[in-house]
Amino acid sequence: MFDTLTRAEIPEADEALRAPVRALIDAALADMPADRRARSWMGFDAAFSRRLGAAGLLGLTLPKAYGGHERGPFARFVVVEELLAAGAPVAAHWIADRQSAPLILHYGTEAQRQRHIPAICRGEQLFCIGMSEPGSGSDLASVRTRAEQAAGGWRLNGQKIWTTNAHHSDYMIALVRTSGGAEDRHRGLSQMIVDLKAPGVSIVPIRDLTGDAHFCEVFFDNVLLDTDALVGAEGQGWVQVTAELAFERSGPERIYSSMVLFDAWLGHVRAAGRAGDPATAALAGRLASELAVLRAMSIACTARLAAGDSPVVEAALVKDRGTTLEQLMPVLIGDDLASHAGEAMDAELYRTLMYVTHIAPSFSLRGGTREILRGMIARGMGLR
Amino acid sequence: MTDASALIDPFTRMLQELFPADAVAAVEEGDGSFDGDAAWAELDASGFLDALLPESAGGAGLTLSDVAPLLIALGAQGVPLPIGDTMLARAIGAAAGIDVPGGVVVLSSLRAGHGLLPFGRVAQWMMVDGRDAPRLLGVDRLSQSATGVPFDLGAFVAVPDEANGIDAGEPGPVALAAALVRAATIAGAGARALDMTAAHAAQRVQFGKPIAAQQAIQQQLAVMAEQVVAARLAVESASAPGLPLCSLSVAAAKAVTSRDAAAMAATAHAVHGAIGISADYDLHRFTRALHAARLADGSESAWEEALGRALLADDAPRSLDMLRRLFRSSQ
Repeated sequence: MFDTLTRAEIPEADEALRAPVRALIDAALADMPADRRARSWMGFDAAFSRRLGAAGLLGLTLPKAYGGHERGPFARFVVVEELLAAGAPVAAHWIADRQSAPLILHYGTEAQRQRHIPAICRGEQLFCIGMSEPGSGSDLASVRTRAEQAAGGWRLNGQKIWTTNAHHSDYMIALVRTSGGAEDRHRGLSQMIVDLKAPGVSIVPIRDLTGDAHFCEVFFDNVLLDTDALVGAEGQGWVQVTAELAFERSGPERIYSSMVLFDAWLGHVRAAGRAGDPATAALAGRLASELAVLRAMSIACTARLAAGDSPVVEAALVKDRGTTLEQLMPVLIGDDLASHAGEAMDAELYRTLMYVTHIAPSFSLRGGTREILRGMIARGMGLR
Repeated sequence: MTDASALIDPFTRMLQELFPADAVAAVEEGDGSFDGDAAWAELDASGFLDALLPESAGGAGLTLSDVAPLLIALGAQGVPLPIGDTMLARAIGAAAGIDVPGGVVVLSSLRAGHGLLPFGRVAQWMMVDGRDAPRLLGVDRLSQSATGVPFDLGAFVAVPDEANGIDAGEPGPVALAAALVRAATIAGAGARALDMTAAHAAQRVQFGKPIAAQQAIQQQLAVMAEQVVAARLAVESASAPGLPLCSLSVAAAKAVTSRDAAAMAATAHAVHGAIGISADYDLHRFTRALHAARLADGSESAWEEALGRALLADDAPRSLDMLRRLFRSSQ
């Protein structure tokens, strides 16, 4: 079952990207405590994203004609792995680089490509994704935000919620209804590029359970959009979103969300003199062995992308197992630390543990819930 | 690099012909109705047992990466002889300049004293790590006793002590190869159990529809599919360096596969219901293999500890750097 997913190795030419990206990361993270680095792809630093762009590390898979670098998926894997494993603040460019630019390249008009992709590759145009609504989470086909034809373009009304970093972004790619009603399900949905500075757009950050505010509510009140705000074909939004979610799910981002905590914990137990303790070693080895196989699975998925496939089900499989490990890490590390109460634990490690502990439920919500992913896998097995 | 995918179909067909279900049952029952020597002779003549030997030594010159799918297929077919063990034993012996006899060889990580030898009832030789080189011990000449477990092909054996040249240190090349073959058995038996379970769920009707239509069943099978794919990739990855194996890569692969083995068996039985408990239904062969291979040559905690010790002894601030050294084709 899933026999096309087989072991692959990262080409040496792509491995060579580690050194330059690591130099930038080390400079940016020199004074950043672990509990800030643990934010990883929630950590926002627009200047860092621009430095990555200037160093040629964004838009790696995109055409040179649009400011990209025409490298394969393995180049992106290497750069993203380095960024995430170190906990670099990647939120500013994350969505634009990972999914908005590929989406616009694939479905957009030439004018849309010229307007957005070169700026994304420089780390200068920041995007968010408008999918969820108050009544639409996993059931995305029920979105009610509506764009209607109006003089010179579209008139947009409705509301998005749980939109990551909308308050920092220049544009949103929103999934909206352009015809029919909720009963039409997947038909009549379209994707629109919304300039978040347009009149009628209001953005309200939502404070989350870690004390951060990366989520937002976004309201559209008679927002007028140009004709070419539409990406791709009118009514084809569902097909496009499905392709976009495949970009979102297939990278190494689904195995490293707790990596900063893991490395901080390893540093702690070494300093505490527990490197030779059997139970400590067994826990370290348990987590490392699982990381190793997930990394192999993720590289195998990347090889399918490099071969021109769209490994949607395989990516779901890696994401479900990967987020399971990401969520297990704070549980097991918390137990280890609290079972050694006599050891001095510094506040930075405690803050890191508690940040990851509390944000961990989101790991298996964002980009498709565990239950949705398992349903996709079951369909891939022919069970439904 | 040979096109290993061209080998897998003829290999599987040969296994199905040599070891049909009634032959497997006969070996387990030990009733003498199956001519194991004849099957072994045919197997030996096929050349597969020499797959890993260089062509100059009369072998097929395949790499361990080429052979890994065959090791997994052996688990998927429930073959009642240690064929993968023998393939690796011949290669390890040749590399060490040791003459490996033509019979059934089982690899073992056992040290001095009593221990459980997988395939102990059917193997003629066991290969263990010696102080300087691998050692071959005649199973018939070891003090041994049956486990008393029905269907079990293993036996308790007494292994000579260090004074007789048996190594007592870290896992050597034989122990690593044994662990890799057990991990491959888990990957293969798990894949077969998943196929049987998905097929059963699709045809078993309850409440007016196949149980595969129930989301609760679909979600369990999806998780089991993740476990099967992870096990296969772990084995493929740990095989990539070839012989000699990378000890930490084998540690990771045996830890991951052993950790999931019992869960895969549990899901297969849960979805099958009572029929899976029946001795006349084949599922138990594969769930038995999952449990046996997990417990043989170090279960998850032993290998997790070995890997963890190496990680903790390494002072690199990024554990990613150690992960990147695992599963590489060049060490």
